[in-house]
Amino acid sequence: MRSTLSGFGQGLEKLGRVRNDVVVLHADMAGSGIVTPFASLFPERTVNCGASEQDMVTTAAGLALEGKKPIAVAPSAFLTARAFDQVRTCLAIPDLEVVLVGTHSGLSAGEDGAVHQMNQDVALMRSLPGMSILVPSDFETSSSVARPALEHPGPVYVRLGRDDVPDTGPFEESEMRIGGGRLLLEGDGVTLCACGIMVHEALKAARILSQQGINAEVIDCFCLKPLPSRLILSSLRRTGCCVVAEEHNTIGGLGEAVAALSASENPVPVRSVAVSDRYGQSGTPLELQEYYGLTFREVVGEAAQVWSMRRR
Amino acid sequence: MKASQRRELEKTALEVRKDIVRMTGVSRAGHLDSSLSVVDILVYLYWKELKVKPDEPLWPERDRLVFSKDNASPALYAVLARRGFFEREELWNYRRLGAMLQGRPEQARTPGVDAPGGSRGMAIGIAKGLLLSSLMDGNGRRVFCVIGSEELQEGALWESVLRASAPGFEGLTVVVDSSVQPAAQTLVPGKGTTDRKRFEAFGWRVMEADGHNFDHLERALMRAPAEPGGFPLAILARTIPGKGVSSAEKGSLEKPGRPLDRNGMEQALRELELASDEMEEGVKP
Repeated sequence: MRSTLSGFGQGLEKLGRVRNDVVVLHADMAGSGIVTPFASLFPERTVNCGASEQDMVTTAAGLALEGKKPIAVAPSAFLTARAFDQVRTCLAIPDLEVVLVGTHSGLSAGEDGAVHQMNQDVALMRSLPGMSILVPSDFETSSSVARPALEHPGPVYVRLGRDDVPDTGPFEESEMRIGGGRLLLEGDGVTLCACGIMVHEALKAARILSQQGINAEVIDCFCLKPLPSRLILSSLRRTGCCVVAEEHNTIGGLGEAVAALSASENPVPVRSVAVSDRYGQSGTPLELQEYYGLTFREVVGEAAQVWSMRRR
Repeated sequence: MKASQRRELEKTALEVRKDIVRMTGVSRAGHLDSSLSVVDILVYLYWKELKVKPDEPLWPERDRLVFSKDNASPALYAVLARRGFFEREELWNYRRLGAMLQGRPEQARTPGVDAPGGSRGMAIGIAKGLLLSSLMDGNGRRVFCVIGSEELQEGALWESVLRASAPGFEGLTVVVDSSVQPAAQTLVPGKGTTDRKRFEAFGWRVMEADGHNFDHLERALMRAPAEPGGFPLAILARTIPGKGVSSAEKGSLEKPGRPLDRNGMEQALRELELASDEMEEGVKP
């Protein structure tokens, strides 16, 4: 059990050793597992921007204009919502190579409550043309994210959670790429697309479904934009039905992206397991996951529904 | 400044003003008054202050300029064209579909533009990033911002002003085009000299200048950049909206954002031509 936050921090440190143009900007996150490994080795390439997220994003734009590779880290609520105008105007429209890293995303801000629990960040970032989105599901995938994000010719948003999460399976660093996904489990009964912490829940759901005679195929959609379309479509052709699970609002997230892909390329029943257009509240992340219906149980329930409506 | 130098700058500024009247008139778009107010500041910067190579816009050692005065991109474009960054012909396509000259500056499209501009309150942050990069590379570059005074109402701008008072940003100079509309003066209490106090409260050095007087601008810009370890410089340049075209100066434009119609454009050009002639005659004796 390790967090995606510290996974990304490890990848960042590795990247810092081989590239001297990487600059880490952060909004008062010194001492966190994401910044510390890089900052302790490369203090001259680490900038604490304080609680000034809007200034941090514009500063990152300036660095990128000069050819540096800025990675800007802040809690996702403030990075994507407060500084949205700066992200849109100074990074997305000019198509600058900046990596934005939103931490404490989804329900993982737990006890901090609704303001800090960011379940709209993917919707905001997806709406920006040219913005790519990566959501690693565990420590290993997260430690592989920094390099492809940084090498991508355009802005990238990386979404991370706060708490330790179980490992979702073996992962080769080279598998992590913009537009990629990974097939975790093969099956021909139902496609389960998931990202972030919901990958683990999807795997649990698949075990239960197999006991009921439904072989679930589990895809870790770690890249939400651009979607791993071929991987998803080839799975839909075999299964004829799909459940999408994500720790995000139902509106604007992976669920809508997969549903839109299916609707235009291969219409099959698609159901979503997500936060159903509500705000969060204080509680431990695990309690909240139960309360808002983001567990394997909901995935199993929806899978049984779409399976009975499957179209092959 | 020598009288002959001053006269050259004044002549250039007049030509730039004519181009602005033409390009906003031809495109039937763009704000004439806020473009005309910032002309002399840009002319001074591009002909006297900035280290740039128009035939090599991306020359690594150039001084950087981030321009974010909203609605005033015609002034920047007319200056860049006259300075030789691109053909003057481009001016007549301003704001057209597919044009090099967009409504707001875009660095990827327009030679001489160093950063995306035109959204209020973001220039100083971008400038900070440009400076940080040069600091990390171990060369002390200069970065200039030209912003409109209305941007001082944007909260995000003050985040950047605060952050730029950290050590290392002495190479930053921000010129504020303070052409305050009468309406804004009554709506926003404490405009004018309180701007000085606001910048000074963050440790910045502040100079005030007549933004249409090249000697003033020279004196103010002589203080940029500071000694190592010093603070950035803010130059509060008082300007007149529509400067040089009396119909625009008096605020008699139907709507400030509305370009002149054909008659208004011809009248404005006649007025500027007359000023050019007077300047020529003034030299003769």
